[in-house]
Amino acid sequence: MPFQSTVGDYQTVATLETFGFLPPMTQDEIYDQIAYIIAQGWSPLIEHVHPSNSMATYWSYWKLPFFGEKDLNLIVSELEACHRAYPDHHVRMVGYDAYTQSQGSCFVVFEGR
Amino acid sequence: MSKKYDAGVKEYRDTYWTPDYVPLDTDLLACFKCTGQEGVPKEEVAAAVAAESSTGTWSTVWSELLTDLDFYKGRCYRIEDVPGDKESFYAFIAYPLDLFEEGSITNVLTSLVGNVFGFKALRHLRLEDIRFPLAFIKTCYGPPNGIVVERDRMNKYGRPLLGCTIKPKLGLSGKNYGRVVYECLRGGLDFTKDDENINSQPFQRWQNRFEFVAEAIRLAEQETGEKKGHYLNVTANTPEEMYERAEFAKELGMPIVMHDFITGGFTANTGLSKWCRKNGMLLHIHRAMHAVIDRHPKHGIHFRVLAKCLRLSGGDQLHTGTVVGKLEGDRQTTLGYIDQLRESFVPEDRSRGNFFDQDWGSMPGVFAVASGGIHVWHMPALVTIFGDDSVLQFGGGTHGHPWGSAAGAAANRVALEACVKARNAGRHLEKESRDILMEAAKHSPELAIALETWKEIKFEFDTVDKLDVQS
Repeated sequence: MPFQSTVGDYQTVATLETFGFLPPMTQDEIYDQIAYIIAQGWSPLIEHVHPSNSMATYWSYWKLPFFGEKDLNLIVSELEACHRAYPDHHVRMVGYDAYTQSQGSCFVVFEGR
Repeated sequence: MSKKYDAGVKEYRDTYWTPDYVPLDTDLLACFKCTGQEGVPKEEVAAAVAAESSTGTWSTVWSELLTDLDFYKGRCYRIEDVPGDKESFYAFIAYPLDLFEEGSITNVLTSLVGNVFGFKALRHLRLEDIRFPLAFIKTCYGPPNGIVVERDRMNKYGRPLLGCTIKPKLGLSGKNYGRVVYECLRGGLDFTKDDENINSQPFQRWQNRFEFVAEAIRLAEQETGEKKGHYLNVTANTPEEMYERAEFAKELGMPIVMHDFITGGFTANTGLSKWCRKNGMLLHIHRAMHAVIDRHPKHGIHFRVLAKCLRLSGGDQLHTGTVVGKLEGDRQTTLGYIDQLRESFVPEDRSRGNFFDQDWGSMPGVFAVASGGIHVWHMPALVTIFGDDSVLQFGGGTHGHPWGSAAGAAANRVALEACVKARNAGRHLEKESRDILMEAAKHSPELAIALETWKEIKFEFDTVDKLDVQS
């Protein structure tokens, strides 16, 4: 072949917003991110949705926001419980900031199919 | 007590230099850096600035006595040396609230930086800062949406937003332009941007651009599953034309439009901002012409004043410089005025160039936009300097990627997310920048190539306008 291109082909990927372009996080890396949420004084919040509806503004709450919860292990066990209850759903971890009424952090922990 | 009319010329300081005056909470305060003509006393120069920017004129006039001028006059209440500078000094002036029309930035600037800047007794004059009283702020609409609402509309949380300007700046047809938008957005950017000088030229009329861009956005949203936008520049030669373009962007279901607030003017900007709030549209603000006004250290208006004025006039995103890229901007100064855009209270801090406590009340915040000559290697510094409530925009750093704009966009997105993740995990972004980026590049050939492409590019020139501190 006379010409060999060094240009690669970029394939579009469907992603789920923040951290969507990084490889799946290890358990320790997820713990680090939850510890950050707690350290910022934000309330941990778990949400889930069927993948067909992932662009919706409102995902379902798992229980209620864990207002003021500082126990990392408890949050991790709630994430797992949500995933067990809805194995085909996306599950995301939110750091809810009541002062700004915004989310200081938000990323998908379990991807449904 | 009534006064007698005494025709003639009085010294300004007799009326306008009042060192015993204690400013009221409702006064609008200003700090000017003054450089007088040789031989003119400081107090006289400062008083002249107060007079000429408020009620005074060069001669005593009989009609002054028809009103209580003491109630309306601006007063210089303090003079300070400028550290490290023998010829200039700071004059602090208090203006009564009633000198200004409610909600009108145009009116405030016409007074404060009007005729006085051409005054012969001054060699140079620079407006360094304004303390807007809360009573005035509450009369302004401010940002049409603000940071919190923009995040909710765009579904972007926990990280800076990512954008880029479409290049080449000028000369693409509407369809080709839409192609470049599509490539950037499918590659992982949140926003693309019209260049400031894209309005409606013969090679690409605005309507044509808007339609192709709208299609690019719809397609990119479908394929990526993420919310996307493009700052459609509605800056135009008349307000009527500006609103027509904005209306069409709304008809197409677009989330955001763009305006140049200095070349377009504050009146146009405030009007468009009100339109945006009424119509649920985000507003991106570019700042063409600012460096003409704000770069000279002794003359003009500091950008922190322009930034404060923009927050009051209205905008959801404002360009602030990058600190690290190709355009002028000192780090501490930049941190000082991005606080003015985003915080609800900013304390006086001379080390950041803020001369007054500034209470913003409930005024929504404005995203700081860093754009101009930045690339992936700058990412750790940018995330550190600007924090999450910012939009980082890589033009050449996206389109210049050897594989094209989509791969360039992906490289930036990977680098951004890697930096946010590392920061949250407690790592020091600037000290560990190389490791963080190289680790991320292991999973992203797009990032690996970007790091290789831009490894030698730096823009290290000394800043022209520095903070006044004794060195």
